[in-house]
Amino acid sequence: MSAVIDEDPRVNGIKTKIRVVPDFPKPGIMFQDITTLLLDPKAFKDTVDLFVERYKGRNISVVAGIEARGFIFGPPIALAIGAKFVPLRKPKKLPGEVISEEYTLEYGSDCLEMHVGAVDKGECALVVDDLIATGGTLCAAMNLLERAGAEVVECACLIELPELKGRDRLHGKPLYVLVEYL
Amino acid sequence: MIRTPSLLRRPFFSSSSSPPPPSSSCILPPPSLLRPHLISTPISLRCSAADSRSPPNREMATADNQQDPRLAGIASAIRVIPDFPKAGIMFQDITTLLLDVKAFRDTIDLFVDRYKDKGISVVAGIEARGFIFGPPIALAIGAKFVPLRKPKKLPGEVISEEYSLEYGTDKIEMHVGAVQAGERALIVDDLIATGGTLNAAIRLLERVGVEVHECACLMELPELKGRDRLGDKPLFVLVQSSVDAHDYH
Repeated sequence: MSAVIDEDPRVNGIKTKIRVVPDFPKPGIMFQDITTLLLDPKAFKDTVDLFVERYKGRNISVVAGIEARGFIFGPPIALAIGAKFVPLRKPKKLPGEVISEEYTLEYGSDCLEMHVGAVDKGECALVVDDLIATGGTLCAAMNLLERAGAEVVECACLIELPELKGRDRLHGKPLYVLVEYL
Repeated sequence: MIRTPSLLRRPFFSSSSSPPPPSSSCILPPPSLLRPHLISTPISLRCSAADSRSPPNREMATADNQQDPRLAGIASAIRVIPDFPKAGIMFQDITTLLLDVKAFRDTIDLFVDRYKDKGISVVAGIEARGFIFGPPIALAIGAKFVPLRKPKKLPGEVISEEYSLEYGTDKIEMHVGAVQAGERALIVDDLIATGGTLNAAIRLLERVGVEVHECACLMELPELKGRDRLGDKPLFVLVQSSVDAHDYH
């Protein structure tokens, strides 16, 4: 399924605020740095507004944000649409009983965790992160929510790297992004 | 399905007479065994009004010494988890507050009411739980948000500040150019314990000429005297927790 790219006039202002840092964390990677966007109150507000306008009134009761940059964008969206915020974290960070989902990396694997009881069966959820690359982390996030009985309505990111085909790893769930980086 | 506010709030533990729902993961013993001092105790809004005229770190209650009605809901939404990350530590878990839409919103509103119209142009949040509370405050008061991160996470050029732990040291980092000399900043984290991290954050911002207006946390563990490590900087917290760990063994 193709990703929805937003053509709203505010998007261009957002795009220009994202800084590309070459060779981070290793040579050959063009890192998409959203911290410069956070320094521009209007662009940051526009970013949140675009997501809120899309998700308000759609009965979404859970916004799940992926550590750590999903923690920056998820909560303002959750607050504005009246949903709870659920942090999805690296192993051993959450203090209570958790469920874990392992996922593969280029070399080895990693794990994402969610607190038991954070979501109820039948709740409608949105997953938020700053960027989708291969889709591995987002896929793990969706699995956690679905294992707890929630229904993932959509995944929402600021940025997509389409050549990495992350959207194909989302079990057919829709993906909404503001900006593509080619 | 429409959910009313009372259904959206899911208590993880019960500080009142009703037992927790069977499907929830209840870390604490049933209510009858709970000792009152294990529960985060809401107190009136306290701030350390340490300006040049008053003694440092003197606490002041609000003018009429009345507790904001929103505080009780906020305090009761925070879950205490014993022996995390290690034996003897009573961990203050704010994730349960984030599940309570009203309590989360009230938390942000209390900070926003205090900091809007104070000329604050920077909200700095300490990784990772400061990233949850800082941005909504920044957005509401029209300030930029600056993440302060563990080493090697920020991709651009950074400045670092080292601070000591019980054993060894740690570091926090900020992007060069994120802030300008003369700006006024608020530092946000979920909790102040010993004050080591907040103190490092203050030093980091002051090194580049920023005026730190105040540090803001949801919770304070006053027995650890974190306030005393903030120099002349005021601290504002919503809830203090006096938890007597040794009674639990």
